Amino acid sequence: MSLKKCYQIYMIGVGGQGTIKTATIIGEAAMAQGLNVVMSEVHGMAQRGGTVVTELKIGNALSPLIEKYSADLLLAFEPSELLRATRVIRKDTHIIANCSTIVPFTVSLGISEYPDINQILTRLSKKVNNLYLIDAEKIAQEAGHIITANIVILGAALTTTKFPVKKEAIIESIKQNLPAHSIDMNIKALEMGYQEFSTVSNKLKNVSFK
Amino acid sequence: MKINDIYEGKQGEKLFLLGNEAVVRGALEAGISFASTYPGTPSSEIGNILIKIARKSGLYFEFSVNEKVALEVSAAAAASGLRSFVFMKHVGLNVAADALMSTAYTGVRGGMIILSADDPSMHSSQNEQDNRIMAQLAGIPVLEPSNPQEMKDFMIYGITVSEQYNIPVMIRTTTRVSHMRGVVQLGPIKSGKKEGFFSKEETRFNIAPAFARKLRQELVEKLQKLEITGNTSPVNRVVKKISNSKVGIVSSGVSFNYALDVINELSLPVNILKLGLSYPFPRELVKKFISNLESIIIIEEVEPVLEKEMLSLLGQEGWQKRVYGKLDGTLPRIYEYNPDIIYQALTQVLNIERPAEKPNIEFKDIKPPLRPPVLCPGCPHRSTIYAIKKAVQNLRIKKENIIYSNDIGCYTLAMQPPYNMADYCICMGSSIGVASGLSKATKQKVVSLIGDSTFFHAGIPPLINAVHQKANIMVVILDNQITAMTGGQPNPSIPIDGWGEEVPAISIEELTRATGVGYVRIINPENLNKAVEVFKEGLQYEGVSVIISRSPCIMLKKAETEKLTYQVNQERCTRCQICLKQFTCPALFKKEDGSIHINYLLCTQCGYCIQVCPQKAIEVKK
Repeated sequence: MSLKKCYQIYMIGVGGQGTIKTATIIGEAAMAQGLNVVMSEVHGMAQRGGTVVTELKIGNALSPLIEKYSADLLLAFEPSELLRATRVIRKDTHIIANCSTIVPFTVSLGISEYPDINQILTRLSKKVNNLYLIDAEKIAQEAGHIITANIVILGAALTTTKFPVKKEAIIESIKQNLPAHSIDMNIKALEMGYQEFSTVSNKLKNVSFK
Repeated sequence: MKINDIYEGKQGEKLFLLGNEAVVRGALEAGISFASTYPGTPSSEIGNILIKIARKSGLYFEFSVNEKVALEVSAAAAASGLRSFVFMKHVGLNVAADALMSTAYTGVRGGMIILSADDPSMHSSQNEQDNRIMAQLAGIPVLEPSNPQEMKDFMIYGITVSEQYNIPVMIRTTTRVSHMRGVVQLGPIKSGKKEGFFSKEETRFNIAPAFARKLRQELVEKLQKLEITGNTSPVNRVVKKISNSKVGIVSSGVSFNYALDVINELSLPVNILKLGLSYPFPRELVKKFISNLESIIIIEEVEPVLEKEMLSLLGQEGWQKRVYGKLDGTLPRIYEYNPDIIYQALTQVLNIERPAEKPNIEFKDIKPPLRPPVLCPGCPHRSTIYAIKKAVQNLRIKKENIIYSNDIGCYTLAMQPPYNMADYCICMGSSIGVASGLSKATKQKVVSLIGDSTFFHAGIPPLINAVHQKANIMVVILDNQITAMTGGQPNPSIPIDGWGEEVPAISIEELTRATGVGYVRIINPENLNKAVEVFKEGLQYEGVSVIISRSPCIMLKKAETEKLTYQVNQERCTRCQICLKQFTCPALFKKEDGSIHINYLLCTQCGYCIQVCPQKAIEVKK
């Protein structure tokens, strides 16, 4: 079962990558556009370098928790985290995965392995119609600081067909939610992410995997 | 949105608020003038926001030393005629339980809200206790909001009910409501009374047996009246009425959202009664709702509380109706629900065929890397626990002969490899009581690990006990001068309160010495070798030794650190991996060629790893 009249966004990343902030920016922009929106976020222990999931439903839903195989958009801020998001993926889910890996300490201790990302992407690309990679950190650095990588990903997400929130509303929401001194840099990051994905050929161009 | 908008937002304006933010607005709209807490997830953000806007709004707010004191100060304020608000995580209410039970008897004069943030599925807790049962034990009414708008609105309604019956009211939330964000329409702010006055009434606020017997009678009468209120309460409402349907749902809290979403999406012919004021159970309202139904589905988290009320009502009325819920296995007995679980249950009860769904993609043979929470890079606790481990190794104490009695805080993360330093950890302050018991019951050496805030919260009585009973333990107080795990709240170890005002700091070392501990030392974990030597002494001391390892939380320190950059000298590094496998700072990593490097984004320039490296291969980049 899936709520058909809602646009559902599943975001997954690692504590510190700004997933909650990104989701809040989208949610507040949706509200400003007159849409109903609900969001779920995880705090507490997860902030200490663990996996962070935020879920967002724009439309007539009471609960923000996304049903299985129901995400319209999946943003993976860290590529191996895709493996933890398979529950929500269906064939026409748009997936944007960031290239930069964050290897947890369990790997250097030898108690877990970091997976082969190329293999994950290859297999995933056979199952879904819209899988795109982005080197958000590289673009963020060009925009002014690596810390804007989450906003680069948001910029790319705006190009997705059916994304219900307008770029202007997102820009306004960035102004409301981020520190004053970083606004210009973040808007630049948003535009660069948007440009990067503005054409299909741009989206599909091979991003070399780090 | 900026934090100030919660206070400055105008009536009618809409904000995109977290449940915990909405509750703060609710406090301001309800005219609350006194609030207290001890921080705990999933309630922590309430305090983090209150502290920023309390002064501006004229509301008194404190981070109390523990939940019991938090409840007592708010109860006293309400007894003095102020509207008060105390909030905590669910297990915090266990600490406050003694005060809660009696406050239910004494009642209040100004309205009083007790917010319990429960944590089904244990996202960041040791259990998933359902505090609706705690409220029943005490005999106070329970409100269960389903979303941020209700989090706000129920604060106002709760105060009304509280003042109508002079009884404290529980608002029971769960993680998924506290941490849900949604559109909230603001109401007008009502300024609370600035000053209370305590009128003496010794037969009420002195809980001696003769008075308590009368108060007990009063309490039961209040609950009977509250049940009648519940029958017509605006927060108890039939959300969907389908005249020819014989199936109905009774639901509360966050799980109501899942139920209504599924019903609307599939256009299921089901009636729904939503209970916002769920205790006392509004029997007449429920009777009316179910009179024409054949079966009832109860959807609630996380104990079968409403379900048992329903079964008891049916038994009393002699009605034959089928009740589906947790007790018959229709719904899971434990953990939180989600829309998929409710979909499964409703289609099963209604006998609706489910289209076959199979995963689009599975990765059975590839697993994501384990990503447990971890101490921050630069955390002084890492150095402290590393030094304790070194001291134990130097003294050649066998692994099985040293027990680490850990406590609740960031340092609980020492449970993970490679440290494995949490053999026993059950609740706030338990590290010292448990250590005393182990030292009496066994000949093993016991080390207690406890943080500054947890020591103040519940560590002092067990320390007195340990000295008095002549226990043989080493207590390490990891003093990072903040309540860190919940996001950095002030506590009595620093001379500044939550509002930034100067207040007396409470000295951990003076408190410790006053209990008669024979061996008290203060160390700075930044000096690793010195720390190892002191821990060796502490371990060899016969009796109670206390070592205060003091260095501020890296989150506080970050801003003022000089911007040195460290690097691994690849010529000197022998790749022994002590830094990776024993010290295990997340800022250090190994490349595929085996060389070790520092992630400059994560590194906080704390310099601990320089002391850990036996080859002196970690150096300042010139």
